[in-house]
Amino acid sequence: MKKLLTRRTAIVAGLATAGGLLLARTPRLLPPTYGNLLRLGDNLTYAAQRMLLPGQSLVKEYSYADLTSFPAIGTTNPATSENSLIADEYQSLQQDGFRNWQLSVEGSVARPRTFSLAELKQLPSRTQITRHTCEEGWSAIGQWTGVPLRSVLDAVGMLSSARFVAYSSLDDWTDSIDLLDALHPQTILAYGMNGRDLPVPHGAPLRLRVETQLGAKSIKYLNRLVVLDEFDDGGLRGSIQNGWAWDMGI
Amino acid sequence: MVGDTREQAHALWVRVTHWILAVSVLTLMVSGFVILMAHPRLYWGMAGNDLMPALLELPISPDYAKVDWADRVPIFDNSPGPVSASRTYEAFNQNGWGRSLHFLVAWLLVIVGAIYLLSGTLGGHLRSHIWPGLRQLTPMSLWRDLVGRMKGSAPAAPGGRHYGLLQKFTYSAVVFVLAPLQVLTGLTMSPRVSAAFPFLLQVFGGFQSARTIHFAVFVLLLLFVIVHVLMVIKSGFRRQLRAMTIGD
Repeated sequence: MKKLLTRRTAIVAGLATAGGLLLARTPRLLPPTYGNLLRLGDNLTYAAQRMLLPGQSLVKEYSYADLTSFPAIGTTNPATSENSLIADEYQSLQQDGFRNWQLSVEGSVARPRTFSLAELKQLPSRTQITRHTCEEGWSAIGQWTGVPLRSVLDAVGMLSSARFVAYSSLDDWTDSIDLLDALHPQTILAYGMNGRDLPVPHGAPLRLRVETQLGAKSIKYLNRLVVLDEFDDGGLRGSIQNGWAWDMGI
Repeated sequence: MVGDTREQAHALWVRVTHWILAVSVLTLMVSGFVILMAHPRLYWGMAGNDLMPALLELPISPDYAKVDWADRVPIFDNSPGPVSASRTYEAFNQNGWGRSLHFLVAWLLVIVGAIYLLSGTLGGHLRSHIWPGLRQLTPMSLWRDLVGRMKGSAPAAPGGRHYGLLQKFTYSAVVFVLAPLQVLTGLTMSPRVSAAFPFLLQVFGGFQSARTIHFAVFVLLLLFVIVHVLMVIKSGFRRQLRAMTIGD
């Protein structure tokens, strides 16, 4: 007498299937390490900061008299990019004063849409004087005016399944932050710097300001936001596969 | 060797933590140096960058004294004050592994350092072997110990756990002053930590001041490591190494 399916195997198989489904449904909330010990350390630091520190502490804000000289590094003018697609697109956007520029907001949101610069400026604005800290070791103090990322996410109806906000730029960079940083009151999409329109070397027409992390996370020439349900390292354009830590809160 | 060798030997936990901390400190020094090479300029206060005067500029990287900055635009209209400018060179930067290695090993140092402090306090090691006691710790007695050492009249360190006054003073300075200072100035440089604990920026006088103190303490610790190794060699390298490894 040989049963194809005993009660025991049925229970085991059932549990395994349920477990598999459960595991498959658990969103990836930590960056992959690819077996790299350094990236494991990055994850330890990130997890420790998230467990031990209050999530929404405000960074120090300075006064107008504290403004300092401000270096622009990395891409300082996409119009002169070696990549002619980037150069052509930026030049044409620049020619009509970024009137045809658009920020696209998509992913886990109820109402994906684009925003023009004028539409972003109609949303509530925030002005803050903060310290930009570069991973290289230098720092500079600047005044930023823009719309809190939170207001933009509210406007498109971020879904409850959302866990990360990924973003990319006209000069083809991509990165992401978790929701504690995305909803942080000082995380803004800045269109103004030191009381003027955001200059080209600093990311015109729009850049991100993530004040709780190092400057590299505050991407310039921002043009796309994607709300994600689980972690995505950005592939070959992202920080991890290029040998860098994803979280830069330290 | 006179006396009971068991009495002279370092405890097992001292030997284990010593070598883990030694490897951590050396790795932190190398990775810290690599991080500094990405911006070999030091400042005082909150902010400092290539467009601002430096307190100290170190000739330790390809980026030393680089002045290639373009399109200087004053931040305030018609003012000679602060400017914005664009970098025109590819900067030396190995921070992708430098920073991550620094923080990974910092975890090791903080965890093993905490174990050392805890068992050293509970077991009395710090009180009886490391801390010289405030009464002994007068400038005069430290001076006498130093002069004695220089003249060579002071007895050589016996090896093992019985330290001279100057030695105790130096170990105490490293354990109770320099190491905590290095951890705190390091944490001050983290944007998320300084947001949670703003007093850190106040205590050290700003982000760049904390960075400069972090470097100064590195120099003192490097000096300590060099003198420490020299003294180990001078007082009997093989014997001291045996005492700190196999505990003989």
